[in-house]
This record gives sequence, C-alpha cells and structure tokens, in this order.
Amino acid sequence: MSEAKTAPQKTIDVSSQSKQDLQVDVEQATVGVPFCENPKMSMRNVNVFYGDKQAIHDVSVDIAKNEVIAMIGPSGCGKSTFLRTLNRMNDTVDTCKVSGNIQLDSDDIYQKGLDVVELRARVGMVFQKPNPFPKSIFENIAYGPKIHGLADSRVDLDEIVEGSLKKAGLWAEVKERLHQPGTGLSGGQQQRLCIARAIAVSPEVILMDEPCSALDPIATAKIEELIEELSQNFTIAIVTHSMQQAARVSNRTAYFHLGKLIEVNPTEQVFTMPEHQLTEAYITGRFG
Amino acid sequence: MPKMTFENHIMKQFDEELEEIRTQLMEMGGKVEQQLKNAIKAVIKADSSLAEEVIRDERLVDEMEVDIDEACILIIARRQPAASDLRFVMMVTKAVNDLERIGDEAKKIANHAIILSEQDSLSQGYKEVRHLGSSVSAMLANALDAFARFDVKAAMSTLEEDAQIDLDYKTALRELVTYMMEDPRSISRAINILWVVRSLERIGDHSKNLCEQIVYVVKGKDIRHQ
Repeated sequence: MSEAKTAPQKTIDVSSQSKQDLQVDVEQATVGVPFCENPKMSMRNVNVFYGDKQAIHDVSVDIAKNEVIAMIGPSGCGKSTFLRTLNRMNDTVDTCKVSGNIQLDSDDIYQKGLDVVELRARVGMVFQKPNPFPKSIFENIAYGPKIHGLADSRVDLDEIVEGSLKKAGLWAEVKERLHQPGTGLSGGQQQRLCIARAIAVSPEVILMDEPCSALDPIATAKIEELIEELSQNFTIAIVTHSMQQAARVSNRTAYFHLGKLIEVNPTEQVFTMPEHQLTEAYITGRFG
Repeated sequence: MPKMTFENHIMKQFDEELEEIRTQLMEMGGKVEQQLKNAIKAVIKADSSLAEEVIRDERLVDEMEVDIDEACILIIARRQPAASDLRFVMMVTKAVNDLERIGDEAKKIANHAIILSEQDSLSQGYKEVRHLGSSVSAMLANALDAFARFDVKAAMSTLEEDAQIDLDYKTALRELVTYMMEDPRSISRAINILWVVRSLERIGDHSKNLCEQIVYVVKGKDIRHQ
C-alpha cells in the first residue's frame, strides 16, 4: 500500500444519526490486502469525477485471476461507479472524468486509441435489471459472437449459443424455444440469459452490478451457484447490496465508503473480524 | 478495535435482543456461581440440606441454558449477525455450555456432600476442598466479571489462574492418596473427597474456556489450545 499521507488529517462524521464516535479518516490508506501477485486487473490511484463532484478518491486495488471480488458499501459510496470504470462504461457519461491507471493484464485500458468495443468483449458486464435484446433467445447470445467475428459458420454459432446457455445453466430450460423472444422468459431466466450473452464472447472478466437485486431468492440462489461455477473460467467483480450475498459468493470483499476504498480482505475475515471499524459498523447493520 | 457495544443498530430491536442474551447469560453465571459456593460450603459444613438446594437449582440452570440457546438460534435466523455480533452470539452459545457443565459439576459436588455428611466426620480432606474450592470460586467469579465488562486483560490474567489450580489439584490428589495409605478406613471418604476436587478442577477448566471466549469476542483471536 502507498505510504500513509502526511497531509493534515481531516475527519468527517459518517453518520448524523450515530451516537458512536464513528469518525473516518479520509486520508487513511486502504487497510487489509488490496494487492496480489500477477493480478488480472490492476487499478492504481483511480479518481473519478462527475463534473466538479469527486465520486472516487484515490482507489488502488488488484483483482486476481479467477477471483470473485465483492464490492459492498452504503448507497452512493462509489462501488458501482468504480465497477463501471473497469470496462469504461463511464465513457458514456459526458461529465465523467477518470484519472489514474487501470490495467487489464498489461494493457492500459484508458490508453488512447484503445477500441472500447474490444475492451468490453474482454471485460463483460451484467446489469441490475435483466436487459435482453428484444430478439429471440438464440439471437441474444449470437449477436456478440457475430459482431466480434468469433463464429465462422452457422455450426460454430450454434455451438457457442449452446455452450454459453449451458454454462449459464439455462440450456435445459430454453433448448426447445430458442427462437422465441428472450423477453418472454422469467426475470431469473432473463438474467441468466444476460450472463450467457456476456460469456458468449469469451470475456476474461465479468462485471456484475447488483445482478440479483431484481430477482427472487430462488433465482438469486441459481445466479450465485452460477457465479461459483463461472469463477473457474472467469474473473468476476460483483457489486452487491446484499452482504450475505457477498459473504456467500466472493473470495475477497472490498468495502467502499464515501468514494474511498476502506478495506479489502478475504471474505471470511471481513464477515467475522473486519479490520476497519467502518466495515464493522456497516456489516453489523449500524449504518448504511 | 471498536469497544464491544450492542448499541446503534439500525434495527433497535437487534440491540435489545443482544442485550437480552447478555443479561440472561450473566444471570445464569450468577446462579452457577452461587451453586458452586453452596456446594463447597455443603461439603465443608456437612450440610446436606444446602447440598439438596444445589441439586434442585440444577434444573433452573438447565432451563436457562435452553432459553439462551433458543434466543441465540433466533438471532442467527432473524438477523444474520456478522463480525462482532456474530462472534458474540457464537460465544454465548459456547459460554452457556460451559456454565451448564459447571452447574453439573456443582451438582456432583453436592451429591458427594450428601454422602460425606452421612459418614463419620473426619476433618481429613476438608483442607484440600476449602483451598481448591476458594481458588476455583475466585477464578469463576473473575471470569464472569471479565465477561460482564468484556475485559480482555482481566480474562487473560484469570486464564492463567488455571495452571495453579491444576497444580493444587495434583497436590490434593497426592495428599488424599497418603490419607488412604495411612488409614485404610478413610478410603471410602477420601474417594468422595477425590471426586469433589476432581469436579473443582474441571470447573477451573470451564472457567478457562469462558476467558478464552471473551478474548475471541473482543479481539477475534482464537487462543484455544495454545
């Protein structure tokens, strides 16, 4: 971790309703183990601004290969913003400015001339609300491989579609109706369709932004089971409002607070013995 | 490390539930402590009616154990406690177990007190019971006190008292064996005393467990078997 800053230390009250003296030292470095050897993705001193407002403050963290890293924190803490910088989804927001260094393997993803479409094939994304294209189930999956030229023939495409649906645990449920609209599926099935769509282009990293918050517990359990299986082949970063979900699916958990990365530690430690008192206060339900 | 507190949960009722199991555990601790004191007194004073009271109290302690365990299970099911809350709830379920075992041992001591009170009153063995009994009572009291204040320092120093208790136990055993060799008529009596000191030594072990659990709750460090 970078050296502790010597600048005068500001403290801010984190919760007006709290009677505890929960003060956060905003200059303090991230505690825990934010870094790893041979990371799949590596972020250093990342700052994100929306116009004049700074949403992310100097975040440095690594994501290991085949790791599931969960990002948790109260609403507005910057976890989704940070996730979106990882495949440049924030580029679509005019006022958004990103500084710092973000690398995927050895490639700087913010370098000039980088093909963002190509990047998003390597770093896929699944959103909070299932958003299948208004096309057939087959076309939903086939679209990405087609535009990226991953399939040379109809047979290849069939294989990719079947393989992706199988990996997403959806094949058995939809194989008889591949040419019906994707929007006709249930919410949980639609979300698995979106995951199948994301993995159809063989990404290296999958970003998930609250993938289960619109789903019922059974559909959620299926997605969580899927995350566990996918982590054998992909690196996954997941933003979640459900602390239990973070506890269930992730290897490491990152706690964000007011745009700062407060703590990154192995998940089992975060939920039994968090290092930072803000993490403790959040996961025990003392503010949020 | 934040100090242990059950305040400031967004769900106020969660605060109350945690405070409730803490209070219940303290009550159970108080009851067990009294049981132990009475059991030792019953041996020394050959007071069989006091011993019977200890045996009756065992049922109360058992009921407390069941109630607190149930409250802990409900908290886990309803609140999914994490971090210090989780450590606390887990600690309570273990501490309840240790307290219940201490109650069991006190009951055993009381049973032997009744048998001893029916035998010839020889003073041999009382010295050992009195000595070991007072240090074990003090250790249990210190452990409960450390728990009431979540005081790691007090828990650590109380924990060390167990080594002395183990030594005293061995000394008492040797002395009891000597009595038996010197005067075979004392054998039946000495064996009863022997069971009493054995129970006291076990209570020392359970008190030590309580101290280890206090350290776990506050520091998150498991210091068992070290």
